[in-house]
Amino acid sequence: MDWMQGSEDDFRDRIRLWLDENCPQEMRDGDTGEAAICWGGRNWSFQSQAQKQWLQNAVLAGITTPTWPKAYGGGGLDRAREKILAEEMGRIQARPPLQSFGIWMLAPAFLKFGTEGEKKMYLPAIIKGNIRWCQGYSEPGAGSDLAGWQTKAEDHGDHYVVTGQKIWTSYADKADWIFALVRTDRSAPKQKGISFLLIDMKSAGVSTKPIKLISGASVFCETFFDEVKVPKENLLGTENRGWDIAKYLLTHERQMISAGGQGLFGGRALGAVLAESDTEDGGLDSSLRSAVMDYEIDALSIGLTLERYKDQSEAGQGAGDASAMLKYMGTELNKKRYELMMSARGTEALDTDGAHGPMALDWLRTKANSIEGGTSEIMLNIISRRILGLPG
Amino acid sequence: MLVYTDEETLLSDTVQAMLAAASPVSTFRALRDKGETQNPALWSEMAELGLAGVLVPEEAGGSGMGVTAASLIGTALGQNLAITPFISTSVIAATALKTASADLHKESLEQISQGKLTYALALDEGQKFNPSHIETRAEPYGNGFRLNGEKSFVVQAGGAGRLLVLARTGDGPDDLTLFSIGAEQAGLEQQEKAMVDHSDAARLVLSNVEVTGEDIVGQQNEAWRVLRPALFAGQTVLAAEMMGVANGAMQMTFGYLKDRKQFGVEIGRFQALQHRAAHLWCEAEVSASAVLNAGRMMDENPEQAGLAVSLAKARAIKVAKLAVLEGVQMHGGIGMTDAFDMGFFLKKAQVSTEWLGDYGYHAEIIASERGF
Repeated sequence: MDWMQGSEDDFRDRIRLWLDENCPQEMRDGDTGEAAICWGGRNWSFQSQAQKQWLQNAVLAGITTPTWPKAYGGGGLDRAREKILAEEMGRIQARPPLQSFGIWMLAPAFLKFGTEGEKKMYLPAIIKGNIRWCQGYSEPGAGSDLAGWQTKAEDHGDHYVVTGQKIWTSYADKADWIFALVRTDRSAPKQKGISFLLIDMKSAGVSTKPIKLISGASVFCETFFDEVKVPKENLLGTENRGWDIAKYLLTHERQMISAGGQGLFGGRALGAVLAESDTEDGGLDSSLRSAVMDYEIDALSIGLTLERYKDQSEAGQGAGDASAMLKYMGTELNKKRYELMMSARGTEALDTDGAHGPMALDWLRTKANSIEGGTSEIMLNIISRRILGLPG
Repeated sequence: MLVYTDEETLLSDTVQAMLAAASPVSTFRALRDKGETQNPALWSEMAELGLAGVLVPEEAGGSGMGVTAASLIGTALGQNLAITPFISTSVIAATALKTASADLHKESLEQISQGKLTYALALDEGQKFNPSHIETRAEPYGNGFRLNGEKSFVVQAGGAGRLLVLARTGDGPDDLTLFSIGAEQAGLEQQEKAMVDHSDAARLVLSNVEVTGEDIVGQQNEAWRVLRPALFAGQTVLAAEMMGVANGAMQMTFGYLKDRKQFGVEIGRFQALQHRAAHLWCEAEVSASAVLNAGRMMDENPEQAGLAVSLAKARAIKVAKLAVLEGVQMHGGIGMTDAFDMGFFLKKAQVSTEWLGDYGYHAEIIASERGF
């Protein structure tokens, strides 16, 4: 399908028709909660026939990754059409057909640092949802201080032998592959001597252990590597230069996390909660109403900032270090949103088996937003040093 | 697109360079020391550059640019604490006049562009901006009207040649009419205010001020048609000016953090201050988006711009206040001294916060637009 043919108005008509015919009704409920996500992967079992059908249709049209090159199965859309697609999907409240760390956190590295062969080998599997990736960065002794990695990869000629432990690896127990930062030169200082390795989770010596969180869920895992053999061709980029790739990806991840917050705070969830509370309990009290006003003002403005940065990057001025601002402001805002929704729902929200039960679990989940992908404090450090130029 | 065009960036650079030479903050201090609240030389220079007529159509001798361009000028003015009648005259009055009729008001618009005629808006009657509460009355008298009432906060009144007075011409809530009245008109009494930021503002008492139907801007009982876009434009550019105030204060503060030493090191090495400075910068980035968006909305879809304008003013207030308060605190004792410029930014931010609607006023508009 060549979506770039014709005018933008034509595209809107075509995509609207296409969605009408290809997005199953069950996938049009606007559910953006954790439980409704289609992650894909070898171990994935679809929650419904509709979810499966929606993914298949979206893959054929290239809209699981709308702006990626058509050569690898992407949609090849420009930013204007991407926006139209998002508007049209929003109009019918279509769920995203596929979400994955491969799309958000890894593929940008293939697109920028990968060889043509690597792109052809890895990207289509991500786009089709065939392979589910997880990220191995943090270690027990290297949380915010990412340069302190201990997991090592020893050179054994045609392969490396990897030994060590990663932590906070989201969904490692369900992932097919992991992209990990490993130390390939132990004599080099801190960020030097780190390489970016792609490791099949089926390899002998890889094991995972889920970590139970305050919400009761176990999205994060510990991942252990016990003398795991990894072929040398699984090295992405240059040996000992993995930090360059990781830095690039962390910038992307920050944008993704803050964009996630932005997508969620489109107002629907909070607006619905407020509207219902309004009628059930005789209106919001003035303190909550005032807090919601502040939230709305900040949320709309952060949304505009995200749009401004996208426009800037379209115009060739990348956000760079300023993505730390988006991550910081976006995640703090998302936490605030859940605080407000919990407050508006009162005691009803406290019953996790009740009608609004999932909200409490999501509320607990949001507490990680300002920790994962670099804490708020690390973001402020980055801004202070790299943007304001304050002495380190 | 929420990116400035090359043309807009060039305009901004030009105005910034002009002000850096013609009216830096030291100029404001020198005028303040002399008790001056006007800077006619600067206004002439701005008129020569076409800035006074930024919103005046080209047919009426203006530059015919938009609110986004006017906002960039506003930001530069705020950053340099430049004294001008720019917002009252070039933004609010020019928008009201051209909305009423660019043909009918061609001469006035030409004079605005040339820097020869300045205006002040006489709207507020209480201690808060509240355009829905107007008691000044214009009663039919002879062939025209006779105005009686009091206006509590008229910005740039002292230097203005004409006053735009909002008055009640009927008992319905929207039976309001906008009059353009010469500042020397009999029955107008200006009581100069000792403004905390050393700016020009006055209380205005109207006692049997006689005007004719020709002094009406727009139509009788239809003040909102001309005033709404004028206020939207004024609020947007004022928000942009407040961004300039925030920028000026931030520049001073971030510089001070790098220079000032305590405990043997630059105070900018202390994480407690770094994080506050970084947070301030983040808030400024977010506010800048809201201000740019308001300018774009005013230029592209003015009918729908209400939410965007209130968002810009609310966010500009939030960041300007934060920037000046943090500015004083991070400077320590010297931030409290008159010899240091930070106090000027603090005072200016407070006055701009109140003018044309404070945070609460705009937050209520946003809440109602968002349906709660």
